[in-house]
Amino acid sequence: MATVTSTKTAAKPVVGSGWPKPPGKNGSNGNGQGRRFGGRRRFSKETYRITVWILLAAIVMMFAALASSYIILSANPEWQPVRMPGAFMFSTGLILVSSATMTAARRRLQRGQSRKYRGWLLLTLMLGVAFLACQLKGLKQLVGAGVFFSGNPHSSFYYLFAGTHGIHLLGGLTALAYLASRSGKVLIGEASEKRLAATDVVALYWHFMDGLWVCLFLLLWFWK
Amino acid sequence: MGRVLGLAIWIITLGSVWMFVSKHWWFPESISEHGGAVDRQFTITIIVCGIAFAAAQIGLGWVVWKYRDSSAATRATYSHGNNRLEVVWTVVTAVIFISLAIMGQRVWASLHLHAAPAGSYTVEVVAQQFSWNFHYHGKDNVFGRTDPNLIDDSALNYVGLDDTDPNAKDDSVVSTLVVPVNRPVELILKSKDVTHSFFVPQLRFKQDLVPGMAIPVHFTVNKVGKYELACAELCGMNHYKMKSYMLVLPENEFSELINLSQEKFQARKDELLAKYQLPQY
Amino acid sequence: MAEAIHEEVHRHPAPTGFIRKYIFSIDHKVIGIQYILLALTAVVVGLVMSVLMRLNLSWPGTNWPIMGTLFPTGAPGGIMSPEFYLSLVTMHGTIMVFFVLTTAPQGGFGNYFLPIQIGADDMAFPFLNMMSFWVTFVGFVVLLFAIFAEGNATVGLWVSKLGESFAAGSGTVGPIGGWTGYAPLSALGKIAGPGQGAGVNLWIISIAIFCVGSLLGALNFITTLLNMRTRGMTLMRMPLTCWAWFTTAVLALLSFPVLLGGGILLLLDRVAGTSFFIPGGLYVSGSLVPLHNGGSPLLWQHLFWFFGHPEVYIAILPGMGATSHILSTFARKPIFGYRAMVFAIFAIGMLGFFVWGHHMFISGMSPYSAVAFSVLTLSIGVPSAIKTFNWLGTLWGAKIRFTTPMLFAIGFVSLFVAGGITGLVLGQTSLDFFFHDTYFVTAHFHLVMGVASIFGMFAATYFWFPKMFGRMMSESLGKFHFWVTFVGVYAIFVPFHAMGMVGMPRRYANFGEYEFLKNTHSLVLFVTWAAIITAAIQIVFYFNFFWSMFKGKKAGDNPWEATTLEWGIPSPPPHDNFAGIVPEVHRGPYEFAVPGAPKDFIMQTEPEGAAVAAH
Repeated sequence: MATVTSTKTAAKPVVGSGWPKPPGKNGSNGNGQGRRFGGRRRFSKETYRITVWILLAAIVMMFAALASSYIILSANPEWQPVRMPGAFMFSTGLILVSSATMTAARRRLQRGQSRKYRGWLLLTLMLGVAFLACQLKGLKQLVGAGVFFSGNPHSSFYYLFAGTHGIHLLGGLTALAYLASRSGKVLIGEASEKRLAATDVVALYWHFMDGLWVCLFLLLWFWK
Repeated sequence: MGRVLGLAIWIITLGSVWMFVSKHWWFPESISEHGGAVDRQFTITIIVCGIAFAAAQIGLGWVVWKYRDSSAATRATYSHGNNRLEVVWTVVTAVIFISLAIMGQRVWASLHLHAAPAGSYTVEVVAQQFSWNFHYHGKDNVFGRTDPNLIDDSALNYVGLDDTDPNAKDDSVVSTLVVPVNRPVELILKSKDVTHSFFVPQLRFKQDLVPGMAIPVHFTVNKVGKYELACAELCGMNHYKMKSYMLVLPENEFSELINLSQEKFQARKDELLAKYQLPQY
Repeated sequence: MAEAIHEEVHRHPAPTGFIRKYIFSIDHKVIGIQYILLALTAVVVGLVMSVLMRLNLSWPGTNWPIMGTLFPTGAPGGIMSPEFYLSLVTMHGTIMVFFVLTTAPQGGFGNYFLPIQIGADDMAFPFLNMMSFWVTFVGFVVLLFAIFAEGNATVGLWVSKLGESFAAGSGTVGPIGGWTGYAPLSALGKIAGPGQGAGVNLWIISIAIFCVGSLLGALNFITTLLNMRTRGMTLMRMPLTCWAWFTTAVLALLSFPVLLGGGILLLLDRVAGTSFFIPGGLYVSGSLVPLHNGGSPLLWQHLFWFFGHPEVYIAILPGMGATSHILSTFARKPIFGYRAMVFAIFAIGMLGFFVWGHHMFISGMSPYSAVAFSVLTLSIGVPSAIKTFNWLGTLWGAKIRFTTPMLFAIGFVSLFVAGGITGLVLGQTSLDFFFHDTYFVTAHFHLVMGVASIFGMFAATYFWFPKMFGRMMSESLGKFHFWVTFVGVYAIFVPFHAMGMVGMPRRYANFGEYEFLKNTHSLVLFVTWAAIITAAIQIVFYFNFFWSMFKGKKAGDNPWEATTLEWGIPSPPPHDNFAGIVPEVHRGPYEFAVPGAPKDFIMQTEPEGAAVAAH
């Protein structure tokens, strides 16, 4: 190991004399000390994507914990299955459609059709709100059937799943609303790239929320 | 400083190893058939641990002694490691640790991966904050029906025994565990309220009693005597005095006892409890 | 691996007002120090509690007049009650595990030094970083409320207005249930005895808040490390500290959501009448528990330990990272087997997700799965042994400088071996028949996750203090602190093994009830005296810390002649760490004793060709 090539020049002193200038394109912004952190930040699409994927990993773990709890408790002899309320079926349809509209919105933006983008985005937003309303309706149907949050676990899980998923979906709705509020503007250059990246990650989150609900729904419906 | 630190590490190592080798504080005597195997497995493990511990600590003491900064002229050895050593070391430890892991399953498998042998004597154990109830089936070999709705501590029906059930007529519920010597015992472990744990140190056995579950376990005791039974899972304020006894009787005394009716069972059990002494500690 | 070139703006100018600068700061360095101060506060509470526990165990029934004054119901007439003792056990565990061992190593030193060591000007999300600290702080305040709601009648009255399940004032100092809070004891509410009311609710809420804070932190750490490394800082050129913090963040990211989920379920059982952990037909305190059925007590244990086992690695991995870093620096020698160290730390972290069942061998879980968990558990010994081997390899042929941080790092290695090795005993199902929940377990985890981690943090504190505050800590006080603490912790925890051999159960308020525990009395007394002395000597550390902050000897930029990026900038570092210049990294982090080089260390930033082509 350690074959060492010795060198001709002595080490440049490092401590205290400032940093060696980085080569190349970044250049200096005029203060003579090499490139500053300050000035304009070059936008990185990666940051958005990495962050959202990490966030999704945490959310997956939490719902995996809740879903495993469900599966473990369903094996309990005291388990009392509850009928799936009709409104949940309808809401599941709504959120599936909203995923399609979100994809459409993203496609439009990629093609630069910002007006159509706005339309699809608003439609997705409305479908999301309708989904939540429908979920509440479903819980109301449960209450009407005498199935409450307290009591046997299967009934509790309806409320728990709809509630925790709903809270996470609210985050998605907020992001959609934010995108929609800025969708009227015509953007160019970096701002436009940024919007595309933001739309990408919001779409990712939204599809994830869709898939998550479908899993929870199937669990509640078939795994009794 | 290097020499002092090296010495200190060696002295601490010596002291720690001595504590085990001297056996001044050691297991209480074993009274179960599987206890000897547990003790042997522990001895093997602690020898492996002791060698690894001592080797690492003596090595650590040695390098800090040897490679203390004594001469100003030289430099440390420039090396980024040695892959071959690394691989050898990894394989050696993996083989030792995995072998230990596999050996360490033997007693466990013999008790937990097999049902209780035929001819076992079955007792239901019902723990509660902060006492133990032992439910004997009596002459008919069938436990009377129990129901949580019938539990009434103030009426001394601690396990919810249904008096209208004919099978319950000869059942006894007592606060001491009485088991026969040299005959397999099966315990059905239950809890009324929170999680408790059944622990008799001499038995080399411990198992949680979980509310909502009936956990069957079995073992064979091979020494007559009276032993302390402790709760080993935090169960509330008086956890530290949730105590009872396990009384191991010769076959004749045992069969005489279990055929008695509840009141006589109770009285005779108290006599026997006074007759036998705790081991000397 | 693609090189992520960090070209972020420094998004926030240096703040000027006191509040933005020191309280609600978004500067990772200030946040790091805030985390360290939080841990330094919490550890005092935890340590005092442990001494009180020792007093109660050694001299049960003794009248401590001051206790009677402070806790009139918990220690009536100055005599500590068993429930008071158990609440000390619970709060000691919770405070130490969450607010000391999770905050200082990761939130504290990780926050301060991870961005600097990878050459970033701050964390990826500075505002989020501030939020994670303050969320954690709120968690700590809620935990203090859990103490006072039960211990103080006035606070108890106030808290009890929150709802029916918040009945308080039972005279304990928080809940009774251990830091593991096993259901159904923790799920049933006040019918299960004293210390099961508001204290438990607040305890769960506190931990849930802590989970959120840790998750925000983990998100930030991972993004920062993946995305903000400076030019030339490839993954395999990162200091081992960064690998440790990264692995810890991954563990936190994947395990805290599970605890959060479990905590929500437990709280719902207590306040909303659900039955996730409460089976039907329970008979508690003289009456049948109505309305609950269908739950499983084992479910809580699974959820808790799925988090709980990675949590012990969250506590110790940063200590391992700091130890590797400091050993190499003061051995004046490259770390032995850098790659193996990286793989080992990652292997320990990942295997840590598949061994939670070894806490539950005798819980009533399937005995077949216990076998699988047991074998997996012992296999964790392999990467741990690799680490130990490499630490010794690093010291082999070294030229050791015995500074205080080095002493603590060597102490870490010694304690890690001493504590870790008994995992071979406890990981075997057949031996767990005897050792489960005895003092043998207490000895094992205190040595390895408690004391070893703390030694890692002491080493880190003495090592990085000059960088953080621009002044050196006193070496003589530091060495005194090391010697007493090193001998002291062995004197406390080695006898615990002997108590375990006798079969002494954990969490007993008094050992006087059992004959088989009689001959341990001398050990109990010995441990208590050792604990009192060791705890008292920590005052020296506190004094050294705060005194040196203002009066210590001025430190240069690189007082230890170390190689990583933080030592190339002024002490303390400027607001944006690198004074506006992007550092460029040319070599690995531990280039000591390079033959032919003018000095015995080469900074990571030193350009190629200027010194020696690194191997």
